[in-house]
Amino acid sequence: MNLGGHAAKSLSMPSTSWKSGDGVPDQFPVGLRVLVVDDDSTCLMILQKMLRTCLYDVTKCNRAEIALSLLRENKNGFDIVISDVHMPDMDGFKLLEHIGLEMDLPVIMMSADDSKNVVMKGVTHGACDYLIKPVRIEALKNIWQHVVRKRKHEWKDFEQSGSLEEGEQQPKLSEDADYSTSANEGNWRNSKRRKDEEDEVEERDDTSALKKPRVVWSVELHQQFVAAVNQLGIDKAVPKKILELMNVPGLTRENVASHLQLLRIGTPSPPTEILPPLRVLNCGHLLQKYRLYLRRLSGVSQHQSGLNNSFMGPTEAAFGSMASLNGLDLQALAATGQFPVQSLATLQAAALGRSTSKSGISMPLVDQRNLFSFETPKLSFGEGQQQQLGNNSKQMNLLHGIPTTMEPKALANLHQSAQSFGGMNLQVNAHGNQSSSLLGHMAQPQSRMQMVNETNGSQISRLPSSLVQPIMSNGIASRVLARNGMVDNGRGAVYNSVTQASSLVDFSVNQNTDLPGNSFPLGNNSGMSSLTSKGVLQEEVSSEMKGSRGFVSSYDIFNELHQHKSQDWELQNIGLTFEASQHANRQGSMDVPPSVLVHQGFSSCQKSRQNRDTSIGNAMFSAGEESGHGNASNSGHQLNTFLTDNSLRVKAERLPDVSCQNTLFPEQFGQEDLMSALLKQQEGIGPVENDFCFDGYPLDNLPV
Amino acid sequence: MDRNHLRHQVASMRKSLFDQGYLDDQFVQLEDLQDDSNPNFVEEVVTLFYNNSAKLIRNIEQALANNPLDFDMLDDYMHQFKGSCSSIGAKKVKNECTQFREYCTAENGEGCITTFQQVKHEHATLRRKLDTYFQLAKQGHASG
Repeated sequence: MNLGGHAAKSLSMPSTSWKSGDGVPDQFPVGLRVLVVDDDSTCLMILQKMLRTCLYDVTKCNRAEIALSLLRENKNGFDIVISDVHMPDMDGFKLLEHIGLEMDLPVIMMSADDSKNVVMKGVTHGACDYLIKPVRIEALKNIWQHVVRKRKHEWKDFEQSGSLEEGEQQPKLSEDADYSTSANEGNWRNSKRRKDEEDEVEERDDTSALKKPRVVWSVELHQQFVAAVNQLGIDKAVPKKILELMNVPGLTRENVASHLQLLRIGTPSPPTEILPPLRVLNCGHLLQKYRLYLRRLSGVSQHQSGLNNSFMGPTEAAFGSMASLNGLDLQALAATGQFPVQSLATLQAAALGRSTSKSGISMPLVDQRNLFSFETPKLSFGEGQQQQLGNNSKQMNLLHGIPTTMEPKALANLHQSAQSFGGMNLQVNAHGNQSSSLLGHMAQPQSRMQMVNETNGSQISRLPSSLVQPIMSNGIASRVLARNGMVDNGRGAVYNSVTQASSLVDFSVNQNTDLPGNSFPLGNNSGMSSLTSKGVLQEEVSSEMKGSRGFVSSYDIFNELHQHKSQDWELQNIGLTFEASQHANRQGSMDVPPSVLVHQGFSSCQKSRQNRDTSIGNAMFSAGEESGHGNASNSGHQLNTFLTDNSLRVKAERLPDVSCQNTLFPEQFGQEDLMSALLKQQEGIGPVENDFCFDGYPLDNLPV
Repeated sequence: MDRNHLRHQVASMRKSLFDQGYLDDQFVQLEDLQDDSNPNFVEEVVTLFYNNSAKLIRNIEQALANNPLDFDMLDDYMHQFKGSCSSIGAKKVKNECTQFREYCTAENGEGCITTFQQVKHEHATLRRKLDTYFQLAKQGHASG
């Protein structure tokens, strides 16, 4: 069979594993690294032989857990995974979720069961294909397309973001002075801008394959935007005026209008103010994960996924570019009508975060209030946890535009966690103020994060960060995100916030549509823009949000999301928690794990009571339920409770930290009400129900 | 000639296995995978199948001895077994499995028990035939 040849040549897609920067190796897809998972050794043997005949590099595995270990140990060791649906040790869909969250590899599901609902389940869980057994070799010959497609999307985003940023920055810098004093006349600006754009476009064309200019909503740019809107007053903030105030060469009224639309959506009532400059954390990975979640939850078609992918950004750490892409993608997403604009905003926030992280801004948006209600619980988990959380939250923060200087490792960690916390990140932005102080704490964690990552706990650490996001100042968040991003898929650059943001956004989007509860906790009104990890926070957020209206309205995108609290969100949480729990169990050193899970679980708990089956997620859910969630005002409490509870579960030692952390919140967060509520919760948290017991929570025991 | 005769026999037997519905196209897939680097691939796979399926059959038998019958579990086991059968192209066995699953869905215990006997019967029959076939094929190769 001729697998290489034309296929490879027609693609100009770089692949880190293929060691080709500009294109696919000529031999592609020869040597494609496939991991096959099936409990039936007869099938495994046949598949292996078939794949080998396709000239792929095959690794077979008859247990899902082993497969996950293999994948985790060697993050960049495989290109694609083929897994059976029906396995005794772990449900194939769960494995699919894990892989999607942690490694973001394309996964093909297979089963003898060809009933529509099972196939649909595969789609909603993010499988890139579904094969009916018995599998024929013809079906396997073309699996490389999924790898190419995925990478292409990521690469494309990368390129676009990268080129855009450069192009945009250039004219911006040079003409800033000129424009700063020029009359703020829309027309004049537009024409000037057009010219700049043309220059940019030309430049871009020269340097990349991009065809159309895109505005990179970098953190700085976004901050300018926010400042302008604040100045004008949300009611009077029309694109034209914003544009004039921003005085950014090259920026069009349309750009501003789209951005404004993104931010506006989800704001039930005009916010009293727009949060001070938000720094979006780089959560490329988070976006990616978010995207996966969204996909899974809402059964998003490939289109959506594709969109989300664009958020992912390049493998290289191109934070800024990511941000820009995300912003644009958000709009595009919104345009598709599939994602609520809110989610787009989240993505944007994430994207912004990305750019921020790139710049290495260490302290993020302190201003971001909102979601911190979530954050506090997380921080309470303890220093270690916090750090991890911080890391995660950083990621989350990234989404909100909290710039963080994230180390690659941290990003990687974040990335992973971000994925799960997608929602969480978004929220972070809202609590800028609060986060800053928290972030301070988080700053430390970075090293821890690294540790965690190394221990493989990246997953766990990821979780916390997502939770912490709101709290985490940009600096931390970005750092965290950076780490996560790095880890993720070993793709060199940390997608960080951007990716994650996109993932987050996805979540939010989905939430509105179908995902209930999943990662879109943000949906809350108070500007908990961050999509709390998996919707856990959603409920909380929403309630929190309400209390804290006044949060960046722009980040209120998730207000609506949280309404959805449905089960879908559980799924996501499940995946996350699953990981977290696993990590928690596995890694004694992981500080975060349980707490992280908790956070996620909280939202999920609140909403999805039913999550019982998801091991950790369920625990959280139930926890949420127990605490008496449901009330907006209580949400914050519940979160804390959950978090605390969860953290309690996870490790006894963690708790002490938690309390410390909680105290931080009140000071920092603008939303006293939320914070105090949260804090109170934490203090009053007692042993959580067994549901939350993450300790030594074997995967097998996780009720599915 | 002896060799040709042997090959004819092998080919004829193979054809009858397909004509009589014992095997389906999936078996051809396995044959296509067999090459010089894996000259006994098909036989190896079939051997593996029979080793694995023995365990599955035991599980089902044990489950069928329960009272009351857990149809979900039975269906689960049979799903696995069926998947395995289909992967080697064991057509008749697979069809019996399908029938069994239908009885599980209908929660027809007697139907399950009866059908399972047929599953086992087809399973054993195919094994004998394939054993013969492989032996013949090897002889054909050896003499060739």
